[in-house]
Amino acid sequence: MAQHIERPLSPHLSTYRLTLTMAMSVVHRGTGMVLYAGTLLLVWWLLATASGPAAYATFQGFIGSWFGRLVLFGYTFALVHHLLGGVRHLIWDLGYGFGPTEREWLTRAALIGSVSLTIVLWIIAFAAGGLR
Amino acid sequence: MSGPNSSMSSIRTPLARVRGLGSARSGTSDFWRQRVTAVAMIVLIIPVIVVVMMLLGRNHAAATQILGSPFVVIVMTLFTIASVWHMKIGMQVIIEDYVHDEKLKLALIIGNNFFSVAVALAAIYAILKLSFGV
Ligand code: HEM
Repeated sequence: MAQHIERPLSPHLSTYRLTLTMAMSVVHRGTGMVLYAGTLLLVWWLLATASGPAAYATFQGFIGSWFGRLVLFGYTFALVHHLLGGVRHLIWDLGYGFGPTEREWLTRAALIGSVSLTIVLWIIAFAAGGLR
Repeated sequence: MSGPNSSMSSIRTPLARVRGLGSARSGTSDFWRQRVTAVAMIVLIIPVIVVVMMLLGRNHAAATQILGSPFVVIVMTLFTIASVWHMKIGMQVIIEDYVHDEKLKLALIIGNNFFSVAVALAAIYAILKLSFGV
């Protein structure tokens, strides 16, 4: 049973021209890893709130700093980008959107959508007064 | 290929035993669960964002009250379960794609499991503590 079976190999990645769709797939993996690390932020937030006013103040102090804001902005963008990229992946999983134009169109929509949605969310956050 | 249930002790043919299961012996269940948790998060992310927006700039007393209310507790717990499960599977796929040293791969997969379980437990503990009153 363990004999070697000759299977067809797919062409190596570097034989393809880099397309936006390909780049976005890589970014989706990257944002997945960023969100993985970002769960520590989520846990810190929840544990700090559950621990009491002092721990909560420490967390708020971090999030209120310019570095904290930057981290939170990056996290927001990663989440929104991964969300829309994920929806695109799910559409593909269902077997739709594989045509050459559809594919690129979906990718563009996810990219433009994620930049716009991130900005909209931060405008709402500022308008709600939370980030002043 | 003789696994724990070698064909000597079974009347099932080797083909019948592996059909639909693949080399990991669990078939496509991880693939499927990653999609199910993704769909769950598409729905859950909306109330989660609303909760976060409500909490911005609030003091501790207000934050505990909001985070401890039943609806928020349920949404946050569900989101925690879905996201941790999803990221655990996702990270395992990444490890399997890039790490080809068997021992290192095993260590990273175990580490991924430990990290994911610890994160889930810590988050759920905090949420439940808030729900039952600090
Ligand atoms: C918000 C809704 C989300 C959706 C719709 C979503 C969707 C997806 C999908 C469809 C995949 C598979 C991509 C593929 O086939 O290559 C995936 C991969 C992944 N996701 Fe998510 N995801 C979401 C949130 C998250 C969160 C919150 C985390 C982390 C805590 C996360 C971490 C990952 C990781 C690590 C991978 C593996 C990346 C890869 O294999 O390239 N995702 N996601």
